[in-house]
Amino acid sequence: MAEITAKDALNHDEIRRLRLDARRRYLRDSYVLWRRNPITVVGTLIILTLLLIAAAAPLLATHDPYNQILAERLLPPSADYWFGSDNLGRDIYSRVIHGSRLTLMIAILVAITSGPLGLMIGVVAGYLGGAVDEILMRVADIFLAFPKLILAIAFAAALGAGLENAILAIAIANWPGYARLARAETLAVRNSDYIQAIRVLGAGRLRIMFLHVTPMCLSTLIVRVSLDMGAIILIAAGLGFLGLGAQPPSPEWGLMVSDGRNYIVDQWWVSTLPGTAILIVVLGFNLVGDGLRDILDPHQRQS
Amino acid sequence: MGNYLLKRLATLGITVAGIAVVTFFLSLVVPLDPLAAIAGPQAPQETVDRLRVLYGFDQPMYVQFFRYLERLIQGDLGTSFQTGRPVLDDIIQFFPATLELATVAMVIAIGFGIPLGVLSAVYRNSLLDHLSRIISLIGVSMPVFWLGLVLMLVFYFKLGWLPEPGRLDIMLIEPPRITGMLMVDSAIALDWVVFWDALRHAVLPATVLGLFGLAGIARIARSSMLDVLSQEYIKTARIKGLSEFMVILRHGLPNALVPTVIMIGLTYGSLLEGAVLTETIFSWPGLGRYLTTAFLTLDLNAIVGGTMLVAISYSLVNLLVDLLYAYLNPKITLAYADG
Repeated sequence: MAEITAKDALNHDEIRRLRLDARRRYLRDSYVLWRRNPITVVGTLIILTLLLIAAAAPLLATHDPYNQILAERLLPPSADYWFGSDNLGRDIYSRVIHGSRLTLMIAILVAITSGPLGLMIGVVAGYLGGAVDEILMRVADIFLAFPKLILAIAFAAALGAGLENAILAIAIANWPGYARLARAETLAVRNSDYIQAIRVLGAGRLRIMFLHVTPMCLSTLIVRVSLDMGAIILIAAGLGFLGLGAQPPSPEWGLMVSDGRNYIVDQWWVSTLPGTAILIVVLGFNLVGDGLRDILDPHQRQS
Repeated sequence: MGNYLLKRLATLGITVAGIAVVTFFLSLVVPLDPLAAIAGPQAPQETVDRLRVLYGFDQPMYVQFFRYLERLIQGDLGTSFQTGRPVLDDIIQFFPATLELATVAMVIAIGFGIPLGVLSAVYRNSLLDHLSRIISLIGVSMPVFWLGLVLMLVFYFKLGWLPEPGRLDIMLIEPPRITGMLMVDSAIALDWVVFWDALRHAVLPATVLGLFGLAGIARIARSSMLDVLSQEYIKTARIKGLSEFMVILRHGLPNALVPTVIMIGLTYGSLLEGAVLTETIFSWPGLGRYLTTAFLTLDLNAIVGGTMLVAISYSLVNLLVDLLYAYLNPKITLAYADG
């Protein structure tokens, strides 16, 4: 494909081939960049392991995570209790394994509630502009005026402690950032030729916003949400730790750290091992996020 | 600059009003009957009814909202159920402790963050660069409450190097309260024993908080240093025969510091939220712990007042950062020059 002539430009098959080619090259470059950075590879492996553990939790667990054997409480790590047992005689290893499902569930639910919400608000604000934009963005600014964790704690406390409310509270604290991002993306495309063309063809505002503008914002938003995953998990664990998230006897990691607080001196494993699980998982997401930034950075691509 | 300042102050006004609305909304969703809390659980129905009228809970929502605003403007945040004192007094009592903690944390974050970032940039892609990247990533991935517990376990319970949680040894007498910040007050009173003890108490919680802030600072310091080092004037300085050390110290660092200063401001704001969990772990009698207790006991007035104060100070910090940035980068104010 030495030179593209006018004839080629009208040839649909040719265009499709070129586009496919470009896309394939983009993916290959991404893969090369991913491979080049060991940090990203490690992060990806951590997340894959988490997914596997969550999927196979009942198979991997050695005990029932809820079964209390009070005679065997606070035992140190051993062949039977790999991570020791907690203050109610439950196997910490099995609880950590089952907790991976909760952690994933929280992160995913927050992402699929606050992501689309922010996307919708941002697209509407950016496309309609004027008073609608002004009002929606002021509201977003007000929410951004609160530190995220404090807003989440406030709403979690106000709605009543519990996992569902914690998820809702984190989503409430999370959407404004996405709305701003989606608005910026919308502003960038709203006056482009292809949108004008659809408008001339007679498409309604709703149709343009949700079928033509929204898809353009999607990739940036997905990247941003995945960069936020680690932070979401940390906030959820913090809520659990404060007693405002998942409630006992649920094997939520933050809650488990809090349970073990009183035994930290003599039975360190009760608190520290679930905490290590949080650290590793959040680190996994942040490592990937860090690498993602490089992979998507056009400066890096050139080299 | 004047126009820009006005515009920003107006935005701040809107934001503060919005914060008041959000906190009012917050007080509505709390699943707690404020009357029952005031009257006590055994109060007869007619007392509750009379209180309802007295406190205006029988009024429509918008009337209640305007009364709430009226009280706010007068600086009346109501009384806290847990301490039995006006919320404003509580905040004045607890806020300096948080400020003190955040400041020490900031010193730690800057003290390690900037050298780490600069060295990573100078020795780009070296072992040190990767190491510092990993350290900062671990810093942001660490659950603050967990790190606090682990450090306490090691340095207090096992090694005994640092004192127990709290702000000051119970055997010591607090210096006369001037700023509310123990280290400042004891320095004013020239009470070095108290100063030293207060500092020792602050080391662990401030390290935990500081590590949380370090990552962002190190990252910005690195990338802005990389930017600066590729500039022509750095080459000129090298050609001139300056030693590499002087090139970095005299020509690189000052220019790389501008974006870093902005990041430092933003981090200061985010330390406010990190303080909530850190203070809870270390029994640090600051605003964060006060808020946590309020949230857990559904102490309505304290929740509303405390959240509002945190949000307002957070917005103020952000405003200051924006103004500083505008001052350092005239392009921004120029956009507002026409009004």
